[in-house]
Amino acid sequence: MSYVAIKGGGRAIAAAAAAAEYLRTAEGLLNTVAEPLAIDAILHQLRHLVDRVIAEGGVYHPQFAALAIKQSLGDTLEAAFVLRAWRSTRPRLAATPALDSSRMRLIRRISSAFKEIPGGQMLGPTPDYALRLLRLELMDESPEAFRAIARNWLQNYPEAQLPDTFPKVLDALRRESLLPPISPPHGATPFDITREPLVFPVPRSAVLATLARAETGSLLAIAYSNMRGYGDVHPTVAELRVGYLPVLLPHPVTGELTEVGEALITECEVVAMYEADNTSDKPTFTVGYGACFGHNEVKAISMAILDRALRKGMQNGPSNPSEDPEFVLLHVDGVDSMGFAAHYKMPHYVTFQSDMDRLRATQRKSEEPV
Amino acid sequence: MNVTAHTTAGNAYTFGFLDEYAKKEVRRAVLKAIAIPGYQVPYASREMPMGRGFGTGGLQLTLSLIGPDEVIKVIDQGSDDSVNAVNLRQFIEMMCPGVSTTTKTAECTLIQSRHRIPERPLTAAQIIVLQVPYPDPLVVVEPSEDKRKTMHGEADYSRLLVKLYEDLVTFDEITLSHRYPTRINGHYIIDPSPIPRWDVPKLNDSAALILLGAGREKKIYAVPPHTQATPLAFNDVPFRVEDFRDAAGRRRACARCGCMNSFLDEFVSDSGDKTYQCSDSDWCDEQLLQIERLRRKSA
Repeated sequence: MSYVAIKGGGRAIAAAAAAAEYLRTAEGLLNTVAEPLAIDAILHQLRHLVDRVIAEGGVYHPQFAALAIKQSLGDTLEAAFVLRAWRSTRPRLAATPALDSSRMRLIRRISSAFKEIPGGQMLGPTPDYALRLLRLELMDESPEAFRAIARNWLQNYPEAQLPDTFPKVLDALRRESLLPPISPPHGATPFDITREPLVFPVPRSAVLATLARAETGSLLAIAYSNMRGYGDVHPTVAELRVGYLPVLLPHPVTGELTEVGEALITECEVVAMYEADNTSDKPTFTVGYGACFGHNEVKAISMAILDRALRKGMQNGPSNPSEDPEFVLLHVDGVDSMGFAAHYKMPHYVTFQSDMDRLRATQRKSEEPV
Repeated sequence: MNVTAHTTAGNAYTFGFLDEYAKKEVRRAVLKAIAIPGYQVPYASREMPMGRGFGTGGLQLTLSLIGPDEVIKVIDQGSDDSVNAVNLRQFIEMMCPGVSTTTKTAECTLIQSRHRIPERPLTAAQIIVLQVPYPDPLVVVEPSEDKRKTMHGEADYSRLLVKLYEDLVTFDEITLSHRYPTRINGHYIIDPSPIPRWDVPKLNDSAALILLGAGREKKIYAVPPHTQATPLAFNDVPFRVEDFRDAAGRRRACARCGCMNSFLDEFVSDSGDKTYQCSDSDWCDEQLLQIERLRRKSA
């Protein structure tokens, strides 16, 4: 029979949790018809929040991401953290082969390198050219009007005859030998950052996996330092695509690759200027690659720039923080960095006592006559 | 690989929270850490449901080692009742049904601790797990992990010794207060976690196995039982623990139990007076009990 040691600290923690729960539900005091936030409403109406959390959480589980957002009151760091902690309890059961992103069911694809691209530019849902004016009419939106908008939109845009695949812009550049050919994989399985520790130097697959679930703001800040001048990638977005990628797994009986579902992802390929010290016969452009779960364009672009910057750093030695694999990869994880920042709130009585002992001893010495 | 054996229905949590593969990996890292005393074994630290820095490394060790008949003690700053200790203990109770928890150092088989080693000497039947924020003592002189790895391999600790020497030149004192670099078994120097210098001698020739886990930095290392642990010092400048003497040179006593040989917490009252109390709350209770027993005997 087990027994349990409980004292005052436990009551304090329970009371703190109750106070937080009060804040989550306090709307009910003001509004007699207040409703709890529905998971579906978060999934659909706060979709970029969900996208961010599934990417940073590293789990494609939009429902649980929405739940995590709900219980953490919309704090993205906390929500991604909840999802990650849940992931720790799940074994890895299977791995997909490399998936072909030309097979994505696209909702958006653009290239800033060419005016026309095979398959065409497709702006899709983007706020890029929206005027950032407050839409005051949404302050008190009528549910009926809200429900009618999507229905009307679909009626005005009958199902188009969209092709199943769109060619990749990079393939065209490769055919013209402006890019190096794809080097065949060395037979090694991709590095799984959830099952192996990063011991430097790390393979590119470890770099990409770490960037893919990095905290968006951290990734952007380091990539931005490179864009501004602490680095020189000078990228051109060859292609940015957002859509649903078919996920294939070997069939448990036949072993044949079978589609088990699809995942919304964002993929970005940037082309950067050629390097003087290229080891190949003739100079070519270089490529940076970014991809992550969900619709997160700024993250995918930042990742592509950092991929390019880090490969330069690994080849020639880093000349900027954004080119240093240790600096970038060990500082972009949101769960790690937010946890450590938060831990400073915990008691440090013992270490501080020890600090005071040293300072007092040093002060005494400095007061002693020489 | 028997997949179904490790998959629970729905989203329920398994005994010990972590999936079995994760526990196995941690145990392997522990074996390696014991085999190479003081060497920081990298492992794929999992995310835990509490913040990085709150003891996720220690917790992964605890959850991987825990058995259903374990008696666990969790302390933070020497106290079982510190909020973080309570939180971790509650989590362990929730995830490991059947396990007992205690506040008594003498009764436990496994201790998870942040910043302290109990005053009562541990026994060969006990394991202590220390939570580690910075696993590498060289981080104060070298930020790159890659370079530090080489320095450790070559036992190149010259820059650390230079740092101590520069302290003496500038301040006439070694300013390292806690996390005092300590050489294990004559080779690797470890960061013994933010224990005060007071606790460093307890690492040497310890009867209990000492495991150190850094969750965020993804490292596990160990001081195996009866292993030499030597704090870094110079021949003419010996290592010294915290000084608890008053201005007149008398050793301060705990205001609660009167103990004169424990690490003390300093309290400042509203009026500005200072009082001192044992940091190790179980030790303090033990001393009080002993006084009570003696009083009853003499009565």
